[in-house]
Amino acid sequence: MSAELNLPAAPPRQASMAKFLKSHMRDYGMLISLLAIVAFFQYMTNGTLLQPLNLTNLVLQNSYIVIMALGMLLVIVAGHIDLSVGSIVGFIGALAAILMVQFHWHFVPTAIVSLLAGAAIGAAQGYWVAYFRIPSFIVTLAGMLVFRGLSLALLAGQSVGPFPVEFQRLSSGFIPDIFGTEGFHTTTMVLCLATPAILIAFSVAARLRRHRFAIEQEPLVLFLLKSAGLFAVVAYVGWLLSTYKGLPNVLIIMALLIGIYAFVTRDTTIGRRIYALGGNEKAAKLSGIDTRRLSFYTFVNMGVLAALAGLIFAARLNTATPKAGVSFELDVIAACFIGGASASGGVGRVTGAVIGAFIMGVMNNGMSIVGIGIDWQQVIKGLVLLAAVCFDVYNKGKA
Amino acid sequence: MDSILEMRGITKTFPGVKALDNVNLSVREGEIHALIGENGAGKSTLMKVLSGVYPHGTYEGEIRFRGQPCAFRGIADSEKLGIIIIHQELALVPLLSITENLFLGNEQAKRGRIDWVAATARARELLRMVGLTDSPETLITDIGVGKQQLVEIAKALSKQVKLLILDEPTASLNESDSDALLELLLRFKEQGISSILISHKLNEIAKVADRVTILRDGTTVETLDCHDAPISQDRIIKGMVGRDLADRYPRRTSNPGGILFEVKDWSADHPIHAGRRVVKDIDLHVRRGEVVGIAGLMGAGRTEFAMSLFGRSYGRNIRGQAFLDGREIDVSTISKAMGNGLAYATEDRKHYGLVLDNDIRHNVTLANLDGVAKRGVIHHEREIEVANDFRRRLRIRCADVFQQTVNLSGGNQQKVVLSKWLFADPKVLILDEPTRGIDVGAKYEIYTIVNQLVAEGRGVILISSELPELLGVADRIYVMNEGALVAEMPAAEASQEKIMHAIMSSASKATAARAAVAAAARESLQ
Repeated sequence: MSAELNLPAAPPRQASMAKFLKSHMRDYGMLISLLAIVAFFQYMTNGTLLQPLNLTNLVLQNSYIVIMALGMLLVIVAGHIDLSVGSIVGFIGALAAILMVQFHWHFVPTAIVSLLAGAAIGAAQGYWVAYFRIPSFIVTLAGMLVFRGLSLALLAGQSVGPFPVEFQRLSSGFIPDIFGTEGFHTTTMVLCLATPAILIAFSVAARLRRHRFAIEQEPLVLFLLKSAGLFAVVAYVGWLLSTYKGLPNVLIIMALLIGIYAFVTRDTTIGRRIYALGGNEKAAKLSGIDTRRLSFYTFVNMGVLAALAGLIFAARLNTATPKAGVSFELDVIAACFIGGASASGGVGRVTGAVIGAFIMGVMNNGMSIVGIGIDWQQVIKGLVLLAAVCFDVYNKGKA
Repeated sequence: MDSILEMRGITKTFPGVKALDNVNLSVREGEIHALIGENGAGKSTLMKVLSGVYPHGTYEGEIRFRGQPCAFRGIADSEKLGIIIIHQELALVPLLSITENLFLGNEQAKRGRIDWVAATARARELLRMVGLTDSPETLITDIGVGKQQLVEIAKALSKQVKLLILDEPTASLNESDSDALLELLLRFKEQGISSILISHKLNEIAKVADRVTILRDGTTVETLDCHDAPISQDRIIKGMVGRDLADRYPRRTSNPGGILFEVKDWSADHPIHAGRRVVKDIDLHVRRGEVVGIAGLMGAGRTEFAMSLFGRSYGRNIRGQAFLDGREIDVSTISKAMGNGLAYATEDRKHYGLVLDNDIRHNVTLANLDGVAKRGVIHHEREIEVANDFRRRLRIRCADVFQQTVNLSGGNQQKVVLSKWLFADPKVLILDEPTRGIDVGAKYEIYTIVNQLVAEGRGVILISSELPELLGVADRIYVMNEGALVAEMPAAEASQEKIMHAIMSSASKATAARAAVAAAARESLQ
């Protein structure tokens, strides 16, 4: 096309600090809230919160919520909801227990069958949602009842356990220390120094590339602050864990999954299409996106992650009980909404959901240590959820 | 005769657009006053000013009702005086009964408790007045559109209507329902109720109207008295369309090549009303480098045709063949249609075109994400470059490409939709009302883009309700009415009068045909 317009010089490469902070208030706000909550409970518990033992527990307690929040985020961004994940956790735990304890299966085929079962459950629910256009709320409410019932039936109302030791390690094991130092887990420390360093190297490369393309980006000061903060926090956590038993296996799984899902949502065409689907299904469809298949696969994905969470949870308790996973769905959904996902779809980030899950986790853990009863814990968590979403709506109205 | 309504010097501006410019309208006590004009001439805006949808103070000019100056703050104020408007899209709740709908917001209640006996009795009385014999308990969804229209009128009667405004009441009605409705208006007239009738159907106007006011481009052209002398359709059409077209369309030397795209025997049924044919045996072709216009009134089936063609995104029971460069192509899904070089830019950019929450960049690449990705991984810098490139080429006015599209003006939103489809690099682009609701300057830029597209050898199908636009931009024009193509003419030989005549005569032919069938049926019964 010939009619070119003379644009004013290239757009400013760096947004002004104030403007940038304003437009990214939510992202920084989340992170700051988490740090503030950690600091608050660290003070209130006289330092118990961040003791290596408790920190390890915190990770173990929240791993399954975080893992499910990754899948739930995609479901919510696509404009749906999944209420059945708690029941799937229970059902898969029961299934794995029966296979390992009653049929003496090895834990590897058990895990594979369990994950496949999760995929099949997700597919069964996603099919009704995507191809029959039955509201996901209803389909997964039905799924919640069905799979809770099935786990009761599978276990015949009993608890089944214990599990083989190798399976327990999934949840209660720690990575081996290849350096073999006494009293200090050197491998953990090395990993916790190397990982943030590599991440920062990647973002420096990205910054340089954006600079070359003259694209606006985060102000340098903020970038440096954020990078230094990231490095410091991970290194500190690494040091704390190194003085105890090192990195839990499940933390490695969780970190890998967070990385993968952050990448998929941000950098792949599939991720982009899920956002478009949730933002405006009709427009996405008319842009050639197979919206039904995409919805279907978000549920399959959710099923697999819920199954994984079910395995981890069962391994952690070392027994499968019919009550396993009750009301997990609420924590998972709350994590996504606290993390900035929109109930109407199209908006939400993986990092947000993870931070949301940890905000819930730290509050649970902190309040328990302080001695606040389960009654008031629920009240406070409910109010935090409401406040976070109100903050979103208020921000959106102002923008 | 006294006038019941006087509107003088009404001027209403929206940001960047003057929708009404010094409009005058006077309605006499007990007359049926027809208001006509093209789509976008300002009829609906004028009625919204009258009914208080645009409150006093947001427009200039004076409204007098029964001699009293009026300053409505909302619909409630105008309804209190008995000015009731019935919109084209009926405001009825489908799953409530006729009675419940009649008294919605005006319940027959004492201290909050609804007196169902009184309500039903009153409903029956109101229904009798409009000639409906259905039970008041019937759900709205169980009666046809014609009866629903009558329920709306009954609702107006329940509010002590003095001036009834009907916005294209017969657009979705069949012949006998339309006749019944017009009869009703004549009866109301005898009872002293005045009406304003907005309609495109000139034969109806000739039948019932006492006077006719013609609007064009937001101004009053003239008011004609039907009793002085019978008014011919020619007279009205001339009044509706007579404006000069100089320099509103960029010049282009048209040089169409061989046939690029062809559709044969294309038909589609309504998605819900099974068996109701909405698109009827369309045969159409587009040459390389040609802009083909499709003219027609609202509801003629143009959008339905285009969407059924574009991956069956409308209707069911779709039949027909599509050819590109003489080879039959598969357009059965949207991605197949796109893969075969088709693109369709919707008339409803907010609901079907854009992801409003997303920024310009993401919307531009949505239909061709693979164009900025390698093995499914998006190259963000390349994506931003693409968006910036379209921003420059199409002159999208925005702070940057990271701006949410919800904050853009209509014209710029339209340019984002166009960018999306240009980036998909189609061979044939269907543009459905691409300039609806955008200002003259942005329209000119859109026309320029269309010209550039065909200069690159693409084909463009332009669906538009604005006849001057079709005449100014298209090389060849098809005229569509009631789901079928009824005429085809080179733009050079076409005129607005010719197009309108093609629509009217096909409509009256269809009416005549229906009448003949009905007469034959009656005869065979006797």
